Amino acid sequence: MGLIFDRDKCTGCMLCPKSCNFGAIEKDDDKVKFDLDKCVLCGSCEEVCPADAIFIERQIIDKEAIAQYKDVWIVCEPHDGRLRSFSYELVTKGRELADKLGEKVVALLIGHEVEGLAESLIHQGADKVLVVDDKILAEYTTDAYTIAVVSLITPRKPAIVLYGATSNGRDLAPRVAARLQLGLTADCTGLDIDDERQLVQTRPAFGGNIMAEILCPYTRPQMATVRPNVFKPTERDTSRTGEIEKVEIKISPVQIRTRVMEKVSEITEGMISVEEADIVVCSGRGIKEPANLELPRELAKLLDAAVGGSRPIVDLGWLPPTQQVGQSGRTVSPKLYFALGISGAIQHCAGMGTSEIIVAINKDPDAPIFGIADYGIVGDIFAILPEIIAEIKRVQAER
Amino acid sequence: MKIIVLVKQVPEVADVKVNPETGTLIRDGVPSILNPFDELAVEEAIRLKEKYEGEVTVITMGPPQAVDVLYKAMAMGTDKAIHMTDRIFAGADTWVTALTLAEQIKKMEYDIVICGKQAIDGDTAQVGPEIAEILRIPQICYVRKLEIDDNGKHVIAHRENDEGYEVIRAKMPVLLTATKGLNEPRLPNIMGIMKAKKKPLEVVTAATLGVEEDRLGLKGSPTTVRKVFPPPKKAGGIIVEADDPKEVAKKLVEFLLQKGAF
Repeated sequence: MGLIFDRDKCTGCMLCPKSCNFGAIEKDDDKVKFDLDKCVLCGSCEEVCPADAIFIERQIIDKEAIAQYKDVWIVCEPHDGRLRSFSYELVTKGRELADKLGEKVVALLIGHEVEGLAESLIHQGADKVLVVDDKILAEYTTDAYTIAVVSLITPRKPAIVLYGATSNGRDLAPRVAARLQLGLTADCTGLDIDDERQLVQTRPAFGGNIMAEILCPYTRPQMATVRPNVFKPTERDTSRTGEIEKVEIKISPVQIRTRVMEKVSEITEGMISVEEADIVVCSGRGIKEPANLELPRELAKLLDAAVGGSRPIVDLGWLPPTQQVGQSGRTVSPKLYFALGISGAIQHCAGMGTSEIIVAINKDPDAPIFGIADYGIVGDIFAILPEIIAEIKRVQAER
Repeated sequence: MKIIVLVKQVPEVADVKVNPETGTLIRDGVPSILNPFDELAVEEAIRLKEKYEGEVTVITMGPPQAVDVLYKAMAMGTDKAIHMTDRIFAGADTWVTALTLAEQIKKMEYDIVICGKQAIDGDTAQVGPEIAEILRIPQICYVRKLEIDDNGKHVIAHRENDEGYEVIRAKMPVLLTATKGLNEPRLPNIMGIMKAKKKPLEVVTAATLGVEEDRLGLKGSPTTVRKVFPPPKKAGGIIVEADDPKEVAKKLVEFLLQKGAF
C-alpha cells in the first residue's frame, strides 16, 4: 500500500523534502526517510524525484469503462422563481470544458414550476436541459433531490457533474457521491481538462495557504462542488437553441425522511446575499459600534453591494450570520471586495481571498489584509469612507 | 440515548505559515487541535446526555498522536473513545474516510451521529453526509440549534441555509453536522482530565475493522491529489497612506473605474 521508497535508488539530492507540504520527509544520513504518519500520499515527492526512487501505489484505470461516460452536467439551483447565479456561471464554464472534450453541456433543472427557466440555460450555453418538475421537489430535501440526481446520472452516464458550493449543493453532492461510490471534490475554484481528458479540479486547502489539484482517475462521473462567483458567465445569446427534455422521476413522500417545518429568512429587506453579490462591503472590528455600520451600508447601497461582516461583529449580533464572511461563515468571491477595519486573519482570508479586486482600509499598516489587498489604504475608515462615498456619488452623477 | 461523535485532529490553521522560498507549508511547531466545529459536536452530545441520559462515544480516525483529541473529548465529558489508526487508513479521501468510519459505526448502536460541519484543514464538509448515506440514515447539515421532540423519537434542528435557516424534523437515527452558534463548548476541568485517563479507549485497525485493504486508504480512494502548490501571488498591491482623505478617495475611485469594478 501507499508509498514505496527504494533506498538504493535514492541519490540524496534532497529535492523531495523541499517539495513536501506535510513535513513527512527528513534527511537520513546521506539519503532521506519518510514519516508515514505525516504523509498524505499526495505524490509531490514522486514527481520531483529524478532517480525514480519514490513510487506511490495507485489503482488501475479501466479506460474502456470510463470512455462510456460523456457530457458535462450542471446541477442548477432554482430559488424563488429564478436561478441562483452560479447556475449560469457553471453553464459558461461547463461550455468551455465540454468544447475541449467535444461533448455536450446538459443542465439539470430540478424543482417545482421551474420549466420556464430552462430557456435561459440554453441561451447561456447549454445544449440540453433536463427538467424534473414535481410538487414534491418544491422545497429542497436531501432525500428527494438525491433520488432525482442519482436517477438521472445512472442511466445517462455523464463524464462530469458540477454542483454549486451552496448550502444545498454541499448537502446534496456528497450524498449522491456516496450513493454512487464516487469521488467528490469540494469547493473548487479552478476547473480544466488535461491531455488525458480528465477533469482537473483546483481547490484551496489549509485556509487558502495552499492549492491542490485533484483528479478522479478511476471512476465516472467526476464530480465537484464549485464556489459561486469564481467563474463569470458570458453574455446570453437569445438566438441559441437546444433541447428541453422533461423527465418524470417517481419519488414517494415516505422516501423523504426530513420534514421542513418552517423557513426563516434572516436577509432583511434591501439586504443582498454576500455569496451572490458582485460587490461586497465587509466590516470588521474597526467599525467600533453597530451604529457606525450606516457608513458601509450607504456605500453598499450606492454600488448595489452586499453588506458583510467579519466573525467578531457577527458574533456581537451587529449583522445576521448569513452576512458573515470567512471560514465559519460564507465563502465569497465577488468582483470587488471592501475590507473595512478588518485585520485579515487567515480564517477571514479563507472566505474572500479569491475576490477579484480587494480594497482594504485599516489603521494598522501591518494588518495582514494588506498582504492580499490590490488597493490598501492605511488610515481611519471614518475619515476616508465618507470621502469615498462622496466621490462615488459625484462620479455616478456624471454618468 | 446513544450518541456517537466524530472528531478530527487538525493543525491550528491560523498558525500555519508558508515558506516563501519553496511555497510549501511550514508545519513545524504548529499545534494540533481538536477541530473547532467538532468541538461543538462534542459539547452538544454531552448536553444531550446530561438532559436525556445515555452514552456518548467519540471516534476519530488518524495517526497515533490523534489520540489527544479523544482525551480532550473525554475530558469534556464523553464516556468512551475509539481510535481508528492504521497505516492502511492513510491517504484516504472523503469517500474512503466516510466508509472507514461508517463501517465502525455500523457495529454500534446509536440514535444520533454528530460531527462538525467541516474540518478546518480540508474544509470539504463532505464526510458527514457521506457517512449518513453509507449508514442509510437521514442527515441534517449545518445545525445551529437542536431539540429533541417530546416523543423522544425525533430531532428538531435549525439548519443554516443561504438565506437564514430552516426548521427540520427528522426521526432518529439521524446524522447531524454542527455549525457555529450551536453552543459554547466547555473547557475541560482538572477533574475531567483526570477522569478521561481512566475511560475506555478502544483501538481499531484495518484488521479488526474487517474491511479489505483494497477498499481503504489511498488504494480505496477515488480521488487523488495530483499536486499541491502555493496560491498565485497577487501582483504587488498598491498601499497608500491616507494623509489627505479626499485625495486618497479620488485616487481609489479612479483605480476602481479603470478596473471597471463598478
